[in-house]
Amino acid sequence: MQTYDVAIIGAGVVGCMVARVLSRYDLSVLLIDKESDVGAGTSSANTAIVHAGYDPVPGTLKAALNVAGNRMWDTLAAELDIPFERRGDYVVAVDPEEVPRLELLLQQGRANGVTGMEMLSGEELRRREPLVNPKACAALWASTSGICDPFAAVLAAAENAVTNGVTLMLETAFEGFHMEVRRIAGVRTSRGSFRCRWVVNAAGVYADEVMHKAGVRPDFRITPRRGEYYVLDRAQLPLRSVLFPVPTAVSKGILVTATVHGNPIVGPNAQDVASKEDRSVTREGLEEVWRGAQRLVPGLDPRAVIGLFAGLRAAGNARCLTPGVDYGHDFVVEIAEGVQGLVNLAGIESPGLTAAPAIADRVVELLRDAGEPLREKRSWNPIRRARPRFRDLPPEEQAALVRRNPLYGRIVCRCETVTEGEIVAEIHAPIPARTYDALKRRTWLGTGRCQGGFDTPRVLAILARELGLSPLQVTKKGPGSEFLSRPTKDADWSDTGPERAGHRAGGGWER
Amino acid sequence: MRRSYDVIVIGSGPGGMAAAIAAKKHGAAHVLVIERDVEPGGILLQCIHHGFGVETLKQDLTGPAYAQRFVDEALALGVDVMVDAMVLQLTPSRHLWVTSTRSGLVELEARAIVLAMGCRERTRAQIRIPGSRPAGVYTAGTAQRLVNVEGYMPGRRFVILGSGDIGMIMARRLTLEGARVERVLEIMPYLTGLTRNYVQCLLDYGVPLQLSHTVARILGDRRVEAVEAVQVDENWRPVPGTAEVIPCDTLLLSVGLIPENELSRQAGVSLDPATGGPYVDQGFGTSVPGIFAAGNVVHVYDLVDWVTEAGYVAGRSAARSALGDQVQGVASVGLCAGENVRHVVPQRLNPESLTEGPQRLQLRVVRPIEGRARVQVADGDTLIAEQRLRYARPGEMVMVTLPPTAYDRVRQAKALVVMVTEG
Repeated sequence: MQTYDVAIIGAGVVGCMVARVLSRYDLSVLLIDKESDVGAGTSSANTAIVHAGYDPVPGTLKAALNVAGNRMWDTLAAELDIPFERRGDYVVAVDPEEVPRLELLLQQGRANGVTGMEMLSGEELRRREPLVNPKACAALWASTSGICDPFAAVLAAAENAVTNGVTLMLETAFEGFHMEVRRIAGVRTSRGSFRCRWVVNAAGVYADEVMHKAGVRPDFRITPRRGEYYVLDRAQLPLRSVLFPVPTAVSKGILVTATVHGNPIVGPNAQDVASKEDRSVTREGLEEVWRGAQRLVPGLDPRAVIGLFAGLRAAGNARCLTPGVDYGHDFVVEIAEGVQGLVNLAGIESPGLTAAPAIADRVVELLRDAGEPLREKRSWNPIRRARPRFRDLPPEEQAALVRRNPLYGRIVCRCETVTEGEIVAEIHAPIPARTYDALKRRTWLGTGRCQGGFDTPRVLAILARELGLSPLQVTKKGPGSEFLSRPTKDADWSDTGPERAGHRAGGGWER
Repeated sequence: MRRSYDVIVIGSGPGGMAAAIAAKKHGAAHVLVIERDVEPGGILLQCIHHGFGVETLKQDLTGPAYAQRFVDEALALGVDVMVDAMVLQLTPSRHLWVTSTRSGLVELEARAIVLAMGCRERTRAQIRIPGSRPAGVYTAGTAQRLVNVEGYMPGRRFVILGSGDIGMIMARRLTLEGARVERVLEIMPYLTGLTRNYVQCLLDYGVPLQLSHTVARILGDRRVEAVEAVQVDENWRPVPGTAEVIPCDTLLLSVGLIPENELSRQAGVSLDPATGGPYVDQGFGTSVPGIFAAGNVVHVYDLVDWVTEAGYVAGRSAARSALGDQVQGVASVGLCAGENVRHVVPQRLNPESLTEGPQRLQLRVVRPIEGRARVQVADGDTLIAEQRLRYARPGEMVMVTLPPTAYDRVRQAKALVVMVTEG
């Protein structure tokens, strides 16, 4: 049986950031995920905002890790070569009754140690963001808030971890622990068992189930809280910063934000759902999101919508441990009590993306406190370089790239200007993109106006060619999500039945 | 390779090839067509069914055969064709950045441009279909390419949403390939594609059509497992109690086409929100001097024959413009959509064009009129032209011709209103 020092369950942003910091030390680390790619769960569907930190209740772990995480993003983005821009955000009061809440947020932010905040008048807000609701009467401005590419962040952290020696196993589902009395001795997975001394539970919406398998925190529950979003055409809504409504008890509300690749997104709502896989969008939810967004930007044009998606927040029920702070949904970042060798990173809902690098550093402290020697490897390299993104280069560099490799001269996704060269590079990267969605997250292909209508047949052919597969084996997001059923002229005659005539009579046929 | 052309045409579909041919015939010495695919012809190459050329060539050709006629003619005339190439940027001064695997990234310039980028398909997001996001949801045109060009079936049991032409044609095509097409659902209370396709593709193949129905939800995590169909009222709201789960592994969308105008936007061309394409005059000149537009990039056509005709007009205009015979920017009268008209093309008309011959207006109606209808062009209370129609359907383009005899009335008109009414 393969033996590791640490096994990390879940290759979302938290698991990958932890893998990256642990790769600095003389430890053997295994990172597993049940999906076909890193960052395919909660990390794949969020607002992409690096929050300033005025929102969490002071004294909570959420507040501390939000603010600490936010400060780490400049270095993180530079080391990992990922898009990150501190554009700042506005919390917009549309109703005069909301203004006192802004003051509260300002005080909360100061208590949390957030800098660069100020109150603005409605006029000043409209001068800076002319699209905002003319009824807006005040805003809280937070200059340290930023936007990132969450897919790039997860991938880059994982890639940096892997090149520094971490073993990544995808399509590997956690099934249970090997225990030696009250001590974790290994993990059982869909690809066999692995010995390990430590398990880091970064399983996102499943983190409660993982800890329960070790008999830990039986009362801890994660409620998948779904958020639905629209993606808008960048040509239709020239917006620079992030616009938040005044928050409610359950969420920061339906916001309007730009993304680093330009297409604005609006959302999310907050809906508790029964299934941890239910990322469906609903008619009611979409209507709710649109209404919410129109409150901030009344001029939103429904024709600007180019994409829909939904994500799940891993909302937990852990009480804040700080004496005197009454808060029931704090992050869990701990060495579990009652068993030896389990680190729980659970209930990491928003601002989890922001906090992830700080959570990772906290894991290092926890392990050190637990007596792990954590010797630094001399070979550790924190730098990871992104592969060229044709669209973002000036023409002379584009031309040079095409001269070096003609595949960069062929545009496969016309809306987002993604070339075949970029796609091939991602398929052969340290963490190979093996599915359509993996390519989508890495290159943004298929995210534009035609939503893959143009590129899909071409990308299927490229994936098949580069991976040595039949096009029939190419998937959207792993086994069971194949695109194609069979070659033409190879009819499966069982598909057509003699009951067609009867079906017609009963089918509400109208002509 | 030349860097400077008289006329550059972007797109080698029927509009683009016709424009290139006409430009050449009207005196443009150097004409280039830029095509993003590996061979010229555009979307016609995946339209392997017949029915092309019936109106103007009086022949019933397949898409590839129709396309080849024009490709052959253009090449014989000495038109340059650059394939596997994409225009990245177009400026108002008609400079283009073009990338291709063969020639790399090059900057070209032209005295006149013809935009002929065609259209793209409306997607799931644009019509906000709720549900999960599994594999197995395709636009009809993407499925058509997979089946007809790549040689693969995108599924086994299909539901098609939308009675657009491509969807109906795919219903037939998939049936012929041994797949099962459960149903075509149409949210409108009428057909949105051509009646001819309804008869030849659905009726003849026993594929049921349900009007006033839509997909309320897509089900399935990895791959489509079913869709929930529902009847809708006149406001497109679901009618309670009508939901029905239809097991299938693929949902095809044939829910409309959108003129593809990202390059036009870059070049500063004004777009008509009603068509999604450029505002054009009778010669298909856009708001930017020297930039013309032809075919589905202007508005969505029903038959390829009319796209070819539009290409001829745009190509001739482009050649004239390239040769310095300025035809744009002259005083013109605006055309607007009146009763029961969704949009009308051209949006501007130079009255002097009537001295060269009759001018044809193309329009789409909002609601169907079964039985006799009339299309009228008026300036206030003054009727300028009128034509009788056997019917008027949103799926079929309506045309009306302004005769040269209307010259005086058009010249005096402030604006021309086009309407289609019963009777």
